[in-house]
Amino acid sequence: MAIENVLLALFYVLIFPGIWFLATYGMTLEWVDRKLGAVLQNRVGPPWFQPMADFVKLVSKEVIIPKACDTLMFRNLPYFAVAGVTAAMMMIPVWNGALFSFEGDLIAVIYLLTIPTATFFLAGWSSTSPYAAIGSMRVLTQLFAYEVPLMLALIGPAILAGSWNITAIAEHFARNPAYMPAQIPGFLVAVLALQGKLERLPFDMPHAKTEIVGGQFTEYTGRLLAFFNMAVSMEMVVGAALLNAVFLGGGLGLTGIGAFALFMLKTFGVVLLLVVLRVLMARIRIEQMVNFCWQILAPLAMAQIVFDIFLRIKLG
Amino acid sequence: MKKKIPGRALGEAVRQLFKKPATSAYPFEKAKLQPKFRGRIAFEQEKCIGCKMCVRVCPAKAIEIVLSADQPAAPAPVEGQAPAPAKKKFDCVIHLDRCVYCAQCVEVCPKKALASTDDFELAQLDRKALRRHYK
Amino acid sequence: MSKISIPLGPQHPGLKEPINFGLVLEGEQIDKATVNLGYNHRGVEKAAEERTYIQDIYLIERVCGICSHSHVTCYITCVEEIAKAEIPERAKAIRVLVGELERIHSHLLWLGIAAYEIGFDTLFMYVWRDREHVLDCLELVGGNRVHYSINTLGGVRRDITPEIKAELLKRIDILEARTKYYTTLATEETTVLARTQNVGVLPKDLGIRLGACGPTARASGIARDVRKDEPYLIYDKLDFKLITADTCDVFGRVVVRVLETVESCRIIRQVLNYLPEGPISIKVPWKIPEGEAVNRYEAPRGEDIHYVKGNGTDKPERVKVRAPTLANYHAVPHMLEGGWLADVPLVIAAIDPCMSCSDRALVTDRAAARSAVWSWEEMRRNGIEFYKRRGVDFSKVTLK
Repeated sequence: MAIENVLLALFYVLIFPGIWFLATYGMTLEWVDRKLGAVLQNRVGPPWFQPMADFVKLVSKEVIIPKACDTLMFRNLPYFAVAGVTAAMMMIPVWNGALFSFEGDLIAVIYLLTIPTATFFLAGWSSTSPYAAIGSMRVLTQLFAYEVPLMLALIGPAILAGSWNITAIAEHFARNPAYMPAQIPGFLVAVLALQGKLERLPFDMPHAKTEIVGGQFTEYTGRLLAFFNMAVSMEMVVGAALLNAVFLGGGLGLTGIGAFALFMLKTFGVVLLLVVLRVLMARIRIEQMVNFCWQILAPLAMAQIVFDIFLRIKLG
Repeated sequence: MKKKIPGRALGEAVRQLFKKPATSAYPFEKAKLQPKFRGRIAFEQEKCIGCKMCVRVCPAKAIEIVLSADQPAAPAPVEGQAPAPAKKKFDCVIHLDRCVYCAQCVEVCPKKALASTDDFELAQLDRKALRRHYK
Repeated sequence: MSKISIPLGPQHPGLKEPINFGLVLEGEQIDKATVNLGYNHRGVEKAAEERTYIQDIYLIERVCGICSHSHVTCYITCVEEIAKAEIPERAKAIRVLVGELERIHSHLLWLGIAAYEIGFDTLFMYVWRDREHVLDCLELVGGNRVHYSINTLGGVRRDITPEIKAELLKRIDILEARTKYYTTLATEETTVLARTQNVGVLPKDLGIRLGACGPTARASGIARDVRKDEPYLIYDKLDFKLITADTCDVFGRVVVRVLETVESCRIIRQVLNYLPEGPISIKVPWKIPEGEAVNRYEAPRGEDIHYVKGNGTDKPERVKVRAPTLANYHAVPHMLEGGWLADVPLVIAAIDPCMSCSDRALVTDRAAARSAVWSWEEMRRNGIEFYKRRGVDFSKVTLK
C-alpha cells in the first residue's frame, strides 16, 4: 500500500470526518444544547468554550479507580465508545457521499451505534457498585425499548429508496423531495428514539442523578469520564447526521461547501428538536418508557413501513 | 379526568426566548438589597457608653466590648465643681464567624452605637480576618 | 430475580439533608424500606436551656431554615402565654402576614424541588425564578431573605409602612398569577402526571393511624389544619379555604400545595387591608415567671408543636420542639413499599422533609426499660469519646 493511502486513511480517521471533526462539532452541539436549554429556562447559560473547558478540566484531573473495578475492561471502555461512534461516522455522508459506502451500510451504522451503548452497560457492570449496576440494567432495558422503533423507522425510507445504502437513500430523496413529507411520522419516531439512545430527558433514567447518583458512570472519574462524555457528544452528531441522511435527503444533490453548509444546518435543526424535547419533559419511569416505545412508537413506525410499501408499489 | 398535554410548557418556554435572563453573573454584577437588610454590624466609638447590653443579648456570643488601649485624659477641673471623671473609651470586637446577623444588638443599644450595614460579602481566606476590632 | 439492598443516603443527590433509607430492591421495584434518622442532631433544645429567652428567639429560628418564622412564632407565643403578655393586634397581623409569605416561599420551594426530583428542570427553574418575588417581599418586611427575625418578645420588630404595603400587594398579584399557571402546568403536563399519579399512595385510614400531618395528610383527605381547628393570632378573622385532595398520592400533594399557595395570597391581601393601627410591640420583662405552655402552629410542612417551661429566671427550664417532619416520617416506608426505585426521591420529597428540624437524642436502655436525657457535660464527654475511637482528639478543645 502506498504511503499516501495510509496518510489519507489517517486523515479520515483522525481529522475529517473522524475524531477531530466529531469532537469539535460535538462540543459545539453540546454548547448549543446547554445554551439554548438555559435560554428556554430563562437563565444566562454557559459561555461557548464551556464544553471544552469541562473536557480539559476532567482530563487533567486525577483518575480514581476503586479496587473492585480495576480491570482492563474498566480502563479501556471509554476509548471503545469513542471508536464505535467514529467508525459509524465513516459510513454517513457529510458532503460528497460517505467514505465507505456499500449495500447494507445502514444496518452496519445501526450496529456500530450500539457499541457505545454496550460500553455504557459494561462500564456500569464492571463498576460493581449498586448504583452503577442499576444504571447498567437500565441502559440495557432502554436499549431494547428504543432500538426496535429506531430500526423500524429507518427501514421506511430504505424500502422507499429500494436500497440499504445510506448514500443511495439520501440521493433518492434528493431526486424525489416530494416523498419527504410522507416520512414525517417516521422521522418523529426516529427523533424520539434518538433521544432515548442519547439518554437525554425524558429518557435519561440510566444516569438519573436524583435516583441513582451517576448511574453507569458512578465510579468513573477524570480522563475516563471525559472520554465517555465526549463519546456522548459525538453520538449526538452521528445520530443527527444519520437522520439528516436518511430522512432529510442529505446534501440534496449539492456538492462541496454548499452541501457541507446544508449538513451543518440540518444537523443543527435536529439538535434543536432534541433540545426542545429535553426542556419540555419530566423524566419518565423505565417501565413507562418501555410501554411508550412498544405501544406507541413501534406501531407508528410499522404503519409508516406499511405506508411506504404501499407507496412504492403504487408509484413503482 | 383532566386533560393531558405533552409539552405543556412549550408556550412559556418560547416566551423566554424574548426575555432577559433572570439569573445574573453575580460577583461581577452586584446583588440588589432591600433597605432593611441586616448585614455586618458597624460600631461608632463616640456613642458607646460601655453598658454591654449588646453582649448580654447576643445569641451567638459574637460581640465583645473592651476598654480601649488609650484612654482620654480627664477634663481639666473647673473651679468650684467636683472634678469630673474621665469619659471612658470602648472598643468593640465582633467575631464575624459567630455572628448570625440578627441585629438584636442594634435594637437593644441605648445610644445607637451599633448599626447594620449593607455589607454581606464577608468571606475570608484567613480566619483571623473574621475577628473585626473596631477602634 | 435476586434481591439487592441499596442505601439511599445519608449522602445522596436526591436528598437535600442527611437521612438514610435502606431499600431492598427486586429489580426496579421496592420490596422493603426502612428509615434511619439521627444524622443531623444539633442539640438545639439543650442549647436553648443555656440561653435567655431573647437569645432563644434567634436560636429557635435556626431549628429550620425554611420554616424559621413558624418555629419562632410557636415558641414566642408559649413564652408570652407564660408571661401573660397580650401582644398588640397589629403585631399579630404582621406575624400572620410573614407566616403566610413564608408558606408561599416554602411551597414554591417544594414545587421546584419536586420538579427537580422528576428531572423537570424547566419547571424547577421557572418556579424558583418566581419564588424570588416572595423572598424579596420577606426581605422588604423583615430585613433578610431566610431568617426574617421579625418576632421579638411582646410583638414584632419591624413595622409595615404604606410603601411596603403597596409593594407587597403588587408582588402578591404577580405571585398569584404565576402560581395559577403552575397549577395548570403541573396538572396537565403528561410526563408530570405519569410520574405523580398513583405514586406514594397513603390511604386515609393509614394516614390517620400513622399520624401524618400538614399537606401530606390533607392530600389523603384528612381535613386537618391548625389554622382552622384552633385559630391562633388573627386566623379566626380571616376567610380562607381548607384545601384537601382525595387522590392520596403525590399528585394530590402537588395540588394541595399549589392551591394553598393561592389561598395564602388571598390571606395576605386580607391581612394587609385589615392591618389595625397601633403599636407593634409591648414591653415584656426579661424574667419570665414560673409556668409552662404548649402551642400549636400550622407550619408549611404541617403541625408544629412547642412546649416551654419557665422557672422564674431569664432562661427557660425546658424547650421541646416537635417538628412536623417527625410526624410524617412514619408514613414514608409505607408509601415506598411496592413502588419503583425511580419514585423514591419524589416520594421522600413529597412530605417536604426537614431532617435537621427533627433529629433528637435520647438514651434508651432497652434492658432496663428506662430512658434518660443527657446533661450538657455528659453529651460533650460522650462526643469526645466517640471521636477518639475514630482517631480525632477533641479533648484539648476548650469551649468559650
